[in-house]
Amino acid sequence: MKFKILTSTLIAASVLTLSVNSAFAETPEEKGLAISEQIKIRDDGWVDMLASMKMVLRNKQGQESIREIRMKVLEVADDGDKSLSIFDRPRDVKGTAFLSFSHTQGADDQWLYLPALKRVKRIASRNKSGPFMGSEFSFEDLASFEIAKYTYKYIEDQACDLGQCFVVEQYPTDKNSGYTKRVVWVDKAEYRMIKTDFYDRKNSLLKTLTSLDYQQYKGKFWRASTMKMVNHQSKKSTDLQWVDYRFGNGLTESDFNKNTLKRAR
Amino acid sequence: MKKIAWIAIGAGLLSQPLAANELFFEATAKVSTEVSLFSQQGQFNNQDYRSNLSVALEPEFFWEWNDASDNLTFKPFFRVDQRDSKRSHADIRELSWVHLADDWELRTGVRKVFWGVTEYQNLVDVINQSDTVEGLSKGEKLGQPMLNLSLVRDWGIVDLFLLPGFREQTYVGDDGRFRSGLVVDKDSTSYQSSKGSKHVDVAARWSHSVDVYDIGLHWYKGTNRAPQYQVISKEGKDVLKANYQQMEQVGIDAQATIENWLLKSEVIYQDNPSDNYFASQLGFEYTYYGIQESSADLGILMEYGYDQRGKKANALLQNDIGIGARLALNDTQSSSLLIGMIHDLDFHSNSFSFEADRRIGENWKATIRARVFSADNKDDLVSNFAKDDYVKVIFDRYF
Repeated sequence: MKFKILTSTLIAASVLTLSVNSAFAETPEEKGLAISEQIKIRDDGWVDMLASMKMVLRNKQGQESIREIRMKVLEVADDGDKSLSIFDRPRDVKGTAFLSFSHTQGADDQWLYLPALKRVKRIASRNKSGPFMGSEFSFEDLASFEIAKYTYKYIEDQACDLGQCFVVEQYPTDKNSGYTKRVVWVDKAEYRMIKTDFYDRKNSLLKTLTSLDYQQYKGKFWRASTMKMVNHQSKKSTDLQWVDYRFGNGLTESDFNKNTLKRAR
Repeated sequence: MKKIAWIAIGAGLLSQPLAANELFFEATAKVSTEVSLFSQQGQFNNQDYRSNLSVALEPEFFWEWNDASDNLTFKPFFRVDQRDSKRSHADIRELSWVHLADDWELRTGVRKVFWGVTEYQNLVDVINQSDTVEGLSKGEKLGQPMLNLSLVRDWGIVDLFLLPGFREQTYVGDDGRFRSGLVVDKDSTSYQSSKGSKHVDVAARWSHSVDVYDIGLHWYKGTNRAPQYQVISKEGKDVLKANYQQMEQVGIDAQATIENWLLKSEVIYQDNPSDNYFASQLGFEYTYYGIQESSADLGILMEYGYDQRGKKANALLQNDIGIGARLALNDTQSSSLLIGMIHDLDFHSNSFSFEADRRIGENWKATIRARVFSADNKDDLVSNFAKDDYVKVIFDRYF
C-alpha cells in the first residue's frame, strides 16, 4: 500500500510539474502526454457504470444489421477497468457474455461465455485488432483508455465542433495494436475526445470515429450518446448509440467473475 | 432424492414474496430443422435409407425476482425424427432455481454443467449424461438433477454438487444411424449399486484463473456415466446390456493463453471395479489473426487423446491424434468454418469432419456439418459408422 501511495504522490507531483512547466518550453511529446493525462484525470472516480448500446452496422450498400449489448463496468484503481458485456441481439448470440479485465500494462484477460454449450472460453487478447461482433469497432477501440497504452505528441490547436481543440497524436505501445497511430481531437474546455482518426499498419488513414451528443453525468463525467465509426477503406460504417448510462450502482469486484459471466442475462 | 429437489424448488418459490412489479419474465425459443443425407445405406438392419428429416424445439422460460437475487429457468427439449422413433424424444434440459448472494450461489434443480477446455473430447466433463441420439459431434447432454453450492473466493470458485437421480444414456433405436450392430436393450440395464439409478453421486470442483492460466480440479464419486456393455440373448435375439458401475475420479483441466497460443490439457485418473486408469487429452490451438490483411482469423489445432486401457477402452479416442483448422471470418454474419481429422494410431482408422455456420438475417442461422469415416478394423468402435458418412444441413430459427 505504501508503494501505491508513493506512486500516486509521484504522479500528482509530476502532474504539478507538468502544469508548471507548460509556462516554459514544453516539448510536443510532453504537451501531448499532459493533455492525455488531463483526459484521464477529469474522468477519474466514476466508480462503476451501467449502460446499454445499440450498434447499427452498415455495409457498402447501406444494408443494416443490429447488435444490442448491455454493459457493466467497474473502475479499478491503479489498473484497467473490469467489464461484463451481455449480448441481446442478434438472437442467435443472445445470452452470450464477454468478461474483460483490462490492464494498464501487458495483455488483458478476456473470457467469452457461450450459453448453448454452457462453456466459458478464455480468449487470446492478442486478438485486439480484430473486429468486435463484425462491426467497424475493434476490441481495442472499445477498451478503456489508459495512459501507458500510448506515447504522445501534441500537433496543434484547431477549431472544432465544441470550440477549440488540441490535436494530439497517440502511438500505441503494444505491438499487437492494429494501428500505427491515432490522431485525437480533444476539446480544450472539457477534455472530451470528439474525433479520432485511425491509421493502419501501413500508416494510411483507415477509420474515423466521431463522438456526438456529449452529456454530463454526476456533474463530472462526460459521455457521448452517439459514436460514428466510418471505415474509409471498406466504406462500411458502424453507429454506436448509448442509452441508460447509470453511475454509482454499487458494483464490486464480486460482480465480475466466471460465475457472474455464466449467469449474465 | 428427486423429491427433495422438487420440494426445495417449491419452498424457495413460496418463501419469496412475488411482488408483481418485481417479477421479470422472458420467453425465447429455438426451432432447428435438420436434413441429413447419407452417402449410402447403413451396414445394419433397418438402416436402409439415405436421407432423414428431423425437427427440434427448444423453448426457454425465465423468471427473475427478489431484486434479481432469485431466478427460475425452464428449458424443455423436443425432437421429432422421421426415421428413428428413439430419436424422437423429449427432455428437460433445465428446470432450476438459482439463489444468488454476494459470494455464493445455490443452484437447485435439473441443470447442465460443462467442464473442459479441449476440442475433440472432454474427459473431465462428468456431471451430465450424454444425449447420444443427438449426434456424435455436438456433445449434447441430458439435464441432471442437482444441488450445487458455488462459493466465490479470492483463491477461486468452489462448486459442491449433490446429484440425486442418475440418468441412463440415450440410444438410437433399430432404425437409427450411428449405432453398433446390436441395439442396447433398455429393459436389461443393470447397476453395480444396490440403489440402482437412485444412487446419490457427489462431486466437487475448484477453478481459478491466475495470470494466463485457467485451471480446474475436480473429484467425482458415484455412478459412471459411461456404461460397460455385454451381449445377451433376449427373446432369441442378441442385444446389448448396459451395466453402470460405481467409480471415483479426479481430474485436472488447464489452459494457458499465451500470445497466439492456447495450450490445453485435460487429465483424469479413474478408479472403477474393472480398471484403474489414466486418460488425457492434450493439445494446442495456434491462431493467425487478420490473415491476408483481412479481418479473418485462422486457427490451427492439434490434440492427442490417450487412454491407459488401450484398445479395450470404451472410448473413441484412446490413442488418437486430432488435427484441425478453424476459420472465423469475423464478418457481419459471423461466418465460421471448422475442418478436422482424427487418426486412430491403434486401429489406423480415420474420420474427417467439416462444419460451417453463418447467420442469415437477424433470426436465422444455417449450419452445414459433414463427416466421413474410414475404418476397417472391426475392433475399432468407429467401424460401426463405416457406412454412415453424411452431410447435414441445419436451419435454426430463433424466437
